[in-house]
This record gives sequence, structure tokens and C-alpha cells, in this order.
Amino acid sequence: MLDASTPLVEMTDISIAFGGIKAVDHASINLHRGEVVGLLGHNGAGKSTLIKILSGAYKRDAGDIRINGEPASISNPRDAKAYGIETIYQQLAVADNVDAAANLFLGRELVTPIGTLDDAAMESRAREVMGRLNPNFRRFKEPVKALSGGQRQSVAIARAILFNARILVMDEPTAALGPQETAQVGELIKQLKSEGIGIFLISHDIHDVFDLADRLVVMKNGQVVGEARTSDVTKDEVLGMIIMGKVPPGAKPGPGAISG
Amino acid sequence: MADQHAISTPAHPSTFTQNPIQRFLIATEVDTRLLGMIGALAIIWIGFNIFSGGLFLTPRNLWNLSVQTASVAVMVTGMVLVIVTRNIDLSVGSILGVVGMVMGVMQTQILPVQLGLGLGHPLIWSLSLLAGLVVGVGIGALQGTIIAYLRVPAFIVTLGGYLVWRGAAWWVTMGRTVAPMDQTFQLIGGGPAGSIGFTWSWIVAAIACVAIVAGLYFGRRQRRRFNFPQRPLWAEASLAILGCGATIGAIWVANAYPWPVRIAENYAKANGIPVPEGGLFISHGIAVPVLIAVGVGVFMTFLTMRTRFGRYVYAMGGNPEAAELAGINTRWVTVKIFMLMGGLCAIAAAISSARLNAATNALGTLDELYVIAAAVIGGTSLAGGVGTIAGALLGAVVMQSLQSGMVLMGLDSPLQSIVVGIVLVFAVWLDTLYRRNKH
Repeated sequence: MLDASTPLVEMTDISIAFGGIKAVDHASINLHRGEVVGLLGHNGAGKSTLIKILSGAYKRDAGDIRINGEPASISNPRDAKAYGIETIYQQLAVADNVDAAANLFLGRELVTPIGTLDDAAMESRAREVMGRLNPNFRRFKEPVKALSGGQRQSVAIARAILFNARILVMDEPTAALGPQETAQVGELIKQLKSEGIGIFLISHDIHDVFDLADRLVVMKNGQVVGEARTSDVTKDEVLGMIIMGKVPPGAKPGPGAISG
Repeated sequence: MADQHAISTPAHPSTFTQNPIQRFLIATEVDTRLLGMIGALAIIWIGFNIFSGGLFLTPRNLWNLSVQTASVAVMVTGMVLVIVTRNIDLSVGSILGVVGMVMGVMQTQILPVQLGLGLGHPLIWSLSLLAGLVVGVGIGALQGTIIAYLRVPAFIVTLGGYLVWRGAAWWVTMGRTVAPMDQTFQLIGGGPAGSIGFTWSWIVAAIACVAIVAGLYFGRRQRRRFNFPQRPLWAEASLAILGCGATIGAIWVANAYPWPVRIAENYAKANGIPVPEGGLFISHGIAVPVLIAVGVGVFMTFLTMRTRFGRYVYAMGGNPEAAELAGINTRWVTVKIFMLMGGLCAIAAAISSARLNAATNALGTLDELYVIAAAVIGGTSLAGGVGTIAGALLGAVVMQSLQSGMVLMGLDSPLQSIVVGIVLVFAVWLDTLYRRNKH
């Protein structure tokens, strides 16, 4: 362990198999307050699957999850949200046919005293949050499918930060974005980090991760190859971990590391 | 992004267009698709009126049309939710059949004979109705559970249900027709007695107009509270005038249709009212089944637009995975949708059996197809996520207008089926074009 204080998230010996294929195989990973941990690996390395276990989309076969040192039982996305875990998924996971405000509050709508939806209050909050993220955003009345990729992304991020997340999971957050919007997301990550939120950043773009992450965890074939402080390794060494599973001297080897 | 700049201007978008009709449509934020449907309905009505020699647009025909639409209209409001969530319900006609039989047996056998309540006892109609609702909701819960939790496709579950419940309808009495229904229960089906009359119709109209104006006012106040862009005042006023005008027009038509001469005479004799020369004019007013259908329509619109349940239904239809990841219990919502559908089938069964004054095991045959067709004509997309209650209700009126218009024109019934089938396909094709142009 690289830090003495209690980690925000500790996932220990997590395994999950789909029809005999071990998508995640005894993987352990942790995250501290105000830390950005980059999770790297090829397509199919198991990084998205591991993180979906944390956000409740998949149910693990084995292993423990601790939040703030307390054992957590997460079996669906509602449980995860109750622990303050918010996720921005690779495929964005926005409801295409309702508007931005409805998406922001999906599953946690504001209601009036008689129990009906308080659309005006939700739109007002949505305008406030979106104004902070993307001041050009004006299309509050249109279904989300009419928006551009970057606008949809801001909706997805706004939804994650709206409810005071403590743990933020971002699965390929910049995959659908242009360079300018990518830079915006980078700024946002730094801002959230300074507010003490722990962030898992999943990407196969090594440059993004090097710029933003404090620590890197590399996965291959469902196993953790190794982890390292971003400052202790070079991009080439990390590429070696991703492609060949070869652990450089600056990194701590995991169960998936090849010997020699 | 050029489109963004255009929209980011704080002025209301209506200032950008010059054409007065376009400006009106944008300022009032009216759904153009719905407007198109009203236009199509107007063409159908005027067309039939010409070809039937002026028989279609009479108070009598329009009143009958409204009563005939009621049963399908009640069910189509539920079918919208089913289709929006990418499911289908092929069993609604059969559920209507079995629930109709249960309610029939309750009020002719079990309650008056076996429990010994006297004929016409107020518990008879109410308990029968309650039993029907319980059976309908129960069937919906069963089918919904199989669909949501056992993951059997809705098409298969309700196809099975189509056969099972039709068979069950036969089993209730071994195929025997049950008649006559309870006197009070019959009112649900319409007819001179089952209409609310002149005065009450105008009271309903007044309530509806007040509700329209109040709805517009509170919507405006709410938007002002949060400093959102508002509709111009003239647009609000036109909406109020159009809404109230349509309501008053409909009530006026319903009140212009008098009771049949003989029934009016008997009524006059029984109540000691002198019959004036030229006959007694007693208005029907709104029929009870129509009032029920309108009430169901308002309730379902409220449910879809203003409650969490409705929001979840549309979110699930647009992207089921996203809804699940957002923490919505999508399976339970699905079960609730099918329970609602079952309950609506029970209400439709009460209307149909009361109108027929009998429960037969063939009641509701082919209704599933009319209900699905009405929903689809009304703009509900089978791809999921899209559809409105108001549109579907209009779709039901269009379907019934076609049928009753063709009856007035004396077309053979096979030819009627052919026309309805062609119209269904044509309407969906038009809708596809409309949506493609819009995006």
C-alpha cells in the first residue's frame, strides 16, 4: 500500500466469470481520497468489467469491496449510488429520448409536496450545473439524442457530479470527444480531485492517463499486471506492461506479471 | 457549432421565423404531429360526411362514435406504455373477454343468487366491478412478472395469454352467454340512461375549461418563478381559447342529440311531464363510458407526464440499459405497466359488457389488434421510447371513424377490414417520413 490512511475504496481478490471465461481473475485495486487512479489495458483486459462490479452493473463471483474501510455490499447500481459511487460509462448510458434535466435526475427525481415531478426545479438545478460544466449549453428542452457527442458527455458528467459523489468512475470519458472537449474534461477531473473526490479513470489512451492520473494500474487477461506511481515509470515502460505484461523496476508487480 | 449559437441567443425562438403560421406553432409549442393527426381526422370526417350524404357529421353519429370508441380508447392508453417500453400486449382482447365473463357471473349468479343480495342492490355492481379489476390487475401482474423476472419475451407471454384467457373466458360458464346485467352496471355502457344529461354535461364543460386555464396559468407561474423563457401572452390566450372552444363544441354536439322519441315519451309519462307538440327534447349529454374514457385519458396523461413512474417508462423505452444503470428498478416498472394494462382491460370490459348488456366468451375478440393499431396510428413507435396518450386516443378515434364511416356508406365488412389494414400501413409510413424529415 502506498498510503497509510484508510483507502476510500478497496477491492480485494475480485473475480467474475462469464460462461467459463474469467473476465476478472483475483484482481485487487484501491483508491484514496483526492486521488486519480488510471486503469489501463487492452480491449478485453477486464478493466471495464472490474469497474462495473464497483458500480453495481455486474455482480462479482468472489472478492471483497470495502468503502472507507467498511465492508460494502453492492449488488445493483442503486446500492453503489448509496455509497456515493457515480459512474460515467463508456457508452454514456443516457436515456436518449428525454431531455437533459430528466437525464440528470434519472432515478432521483425532485418531486413536489404532492409527489409529482418538479420539472421546473430540476431544470433550474440542471441549468446551474450545466452552466458550470459547459456554459454554451442551452438545449434544455430537447431530447438528448439531438445533442452532439460532447454535449451528451457533459450531461453524463453533470449527472455524476450533481449528487455529491465521493467516488467517481469514468470509463473512457473522452472516447467520443474532440480535442477541445477532451481538455475540458481534463480540467474538470483536476477540479473534482481538488475537492477530495477519488476518481478511477479507465482509458486505453496512455497519454490522457499520464497527464491526469497519480497512480496507474495495468490489467491484462483479467489480471492485474502491476501498479506504479505515474512519476516512477515512463510511457514506454507502461506500454510494455500493457502489451507484454513486463513489469519495470519502478512498479509493484501483481498476480498477472510475467516472471523474468 | 453553428446550431448552438443560434439557440444560445436568449430571445424566444419565435422571433426568428416570419411565416405567421410557423410563428404561431412555435410560440404555442404545439406538437405539430398531433396537429397533423387532427387535420387527418378532419379530412376523414368531412370525406365521410360527403360520401354518406351528410349522415356522418350529425350529433347522433358523433355521439355514437364517441361511445363506440370508449372501450378501445381506455385500453390504448395502457398499450402506449407497453409499446413505449419495447413490449407488446397481444392478450388485451382475451383479458377483456375473461374479465367480462367474471363480472357477468358475479352480478347474475354469485352476488344475487348465491349470496342472496336482492336484484339491484348497490353492492352488486360495485363488487362486480371490483372483482373484475382484481382479476384484470392480477392477470397483468402474472404476465408482467413472467416478462420481467423470468425474461420471456412479451410477445410470447401475451401470445400465450391470448389463448389462455380466451379459453378461460369460455370456462367461466362453459361458453354460456351471461345476461342481463345489473341495472346500475348497465349505465357504464351508455345509452339514454347511461348519459349524464344536459345540465351535468355543461358542468363538466365548465370544470374542464377552468382546468385548462388554471393549468396554463400555473405552468406560466412556475416558469416565471425560475426565470425560464415563457410563451408570449397571446400564445397562452390562443391555447386557452382553442382548448375551451373544443371542449364546448364537443359538449354542444353531445347535448344536441336527443333521446329517442319513444323513450322520451315513456320518461315523460313516468315523471308526469307534459309532452309538448313536436315531441319532447331531452339531451343525451356525454355518455358515461365516454366520460370514463376521458377520465382515464387525463389520468394516464398525468401519470406519464408528471410522475416518476411515467418518467421511468420513457427512459426505459429510450435506453433500457441506461435506465437500469441509473438505478431504476426496470423489472418492477415493467410489472407495474402490465398491471396497469390489466386494470384498464377490466374497465374496458365493464364498458363493453354493459353496452352489450351481456357477457359472451367472444367479447373483445380482435380488440388487441385494434388497440395496437390505434396506438401505432397515434404515433407510438414500436422501436420504443416514443408515444403520447393524447396521440393514441386520437388514433382510437381515427380507427373508429373509419369503421363507422364505412358502415354509414354501406361498405361490406370484408372491404372494411381491407381499408383499415391499408390505412394502418399508410399511416405508419407517413409517420416514418415525418420523423425522418424532422431529424
